[in-house]
Amino acid sequence: MKQLATIVCICLNSFWVNGQKLITRTASIGFYSDAPLEKITATNRQGVCLLDIDNNTIEAAVLMRGFEFRKTLMQEHFNENYVESHRYPKAQFKGKISSGSPQWTTDGNYDVQLEGTLTIHGETRTVRLPASIRVNKGIVSAQAEFSINVDDYKIRIPALVADNINKNIRIDIHTGDLH
Amino acid sequence: MKTINAFLLILSLVLFPATNTILMAQDQISPIDELIDSIPQNEKISQAFYSTRVIQSQSVEMLHKGNFDVRILHRFGQVNNGIKEFFGLDDASMRMGLDFGITDNFTIGVGRSSFRKEYDLLLKLRPVQQQVGNKNIPFSLVLAGGAMIRTADEISLSGYKADAGDRLSYYGQLLLGRKFSNRFSLQLIQTLLHMNYVNDGIMDNTIYALGAGARLKLTKRLALTLDYNHNFSKAEDYYQPLGIGLDIETGGHVFQLHFSNALGMNERAYLADTTDDFWKGEIRFGFNLSRMFQTGRN
Repeated sequence: MKQLATIVCICLNSFWVNGQKLITRTASIGFYSDAPLEKITATNRQGVCLLDIDNNTIEAAVLMRGFEFRKTLMQEHFNENYVESHRYPKAQFKGKISSGSPQWTTDGNYDVQLEGTLTIHGETRTVRLPASIRVNKGIVSAQAEFSINVDDYKIRIPALVADNINKNIRIDIHTGDLH
Repeated sequence: MKTINAFLLILSLVLFPATNTILMAQDQISPIDELIDSIPQNEKISQAFYSTRVIQSQSVEMLHKGNFDVRILHRFGQVNNGIKEFFGLDDASMRMGLDFGITDNFTIGVGRSSFRKEYDLLLKLRPVQQQVGNKNIPFSLVLAGGAMIRTADEISLSGYKADAGDRLSYYGQLLLGRKFSNRFSLQLIQTLLHMNYVNDGIMDNTIYALGAGARLKLTKRLALTLDYNHNFSKAEDYYQPLGIGLDIETGGHVFQLHFSNALGMNERAYLADTTDDFWKGEIRFGFNLSRMFQTGRN
C-alpha cells in the first residue's frame, strides 16, 4: 500500500509540475486596417489559446487561412500576396504574464501585461502587450488589443495600394471561455 | 518486505522523474501545435490564374458570388506593319464585356466585339474545384458554353446574304486545370464550336479544338501566361491562335498584356477567324483589362 501511495504521489506531482492548463479552440481574432480609401476588417473564430494558470504562461495560435473577409477576392489576395499562407500557415504568440497577478479562483477583472514572441509571416518579434483577464463564476477568459506594424513582419504593401491598407494593423483577441 | 518497499520507492523515483521529463518534453513539442493541427481544414484552391481568361481562352478561375467583372479588351494591328502604322497601334479592335458571379461556381456574362460587330453570351460552371485537406481533389473542372451573333453586314463571294440564323454560333467547353504550385498552373481546354453558316463553306460548320493555358508567376503580382488552341478542322489561310502574355495583378484590377496572332476575343472569333500567322510575325499587341466590383455581402 505504501509503495502505491508513493507512486500516486509522484504521479500527481508530475501533473502539478506540468501545471493546470486552460484551453479554447474558438478564440476570436479580428484585425482592422483603417486607411484613407478603405476600411478592412477580417475575423477568425478558430483561434486556439492555451493558458497555464500555475506558471502564468500563455500561448495562442491561429491559421491564416481562417480569416474571413467581407470581400472574398480580398481574402484570396490576403493569403496569396500578403501573408503567403501557403508558406506561413499560422501566426503564433508565446509568452507569459509579466506583470499583474490575476487571482484565478476569485471573480474579477485583472489588467495584465504579456511579454513574449509574436510570429507572423515567418517573422518573430518580441512584444509586450496589455491584456485583461476576467474570472466570472470561476470561468476564465482573456482579451487583448494591440497594434502591429506590417513592416516588422516583412509583409510588403505595394505603393499602389498604400492608400487602401494601413501599415498599422489593429488586432483584437477574445478568447471566450477557457476550460 | 522492507527491502522490496525501498526498492520500489527507488524504482518509482528513478522511473517517474523520467516519465515526468518525457511528459514535459512532449509538452515542449507544444500542445498548441497539436491543437491547431486538429482544426479541420478543407482548403479550396483558387487563384490558379489571376483572371477568368488566360489570354483569349476561358481559365478555370471563377468570379466570386456577387462580383461584377468589367472587361475591356483591345487587340491592335499587326506589329510587323512597322513604324508607319506605329507597330499596329493605329488600329484597334475591341470587346467590352460584363461578367457576373451568381454563385462562386456559376458565372454569366455578355460582351460585344467590334470585330464583325459580334455579341456573345457566356454561361460558366465549376462542378469540381481543386482542394486539399480532409478531402483531396487534384484539379478543377469547369464547363463553359455560350452563343454568339454577328451583326455586321455579311455578303459571301457568291452573293449570298446571311440571315439572322446564319449569324449564330455556339460553343461548349470543358476545362481541366490544376494549380501545381503557387507559381505554376496548367489547364487543358476542349472546345466544340458550331457555326450555323460558314461563308462559302470554306470551313466545317462544327469544329473541335484542343488547347492549353498556363501561368508562371514571376513575382506575387506578375505572371507569364501562354494560351494556345489547336483547331482540328482549320481551313487553309487560317491559323491556330497563340498568345504569350504578362499578367499584372494590382488588387481588384488585372492587366493582361500580350502578343498574339488572334484578333478575335470570343470563342468563335479566335478559333475560327484567326487569319494571321504567328510564326510569320503577324502578331498583335493587345491587352485585357479586368476590373472587379463586389456587390452584396458574402
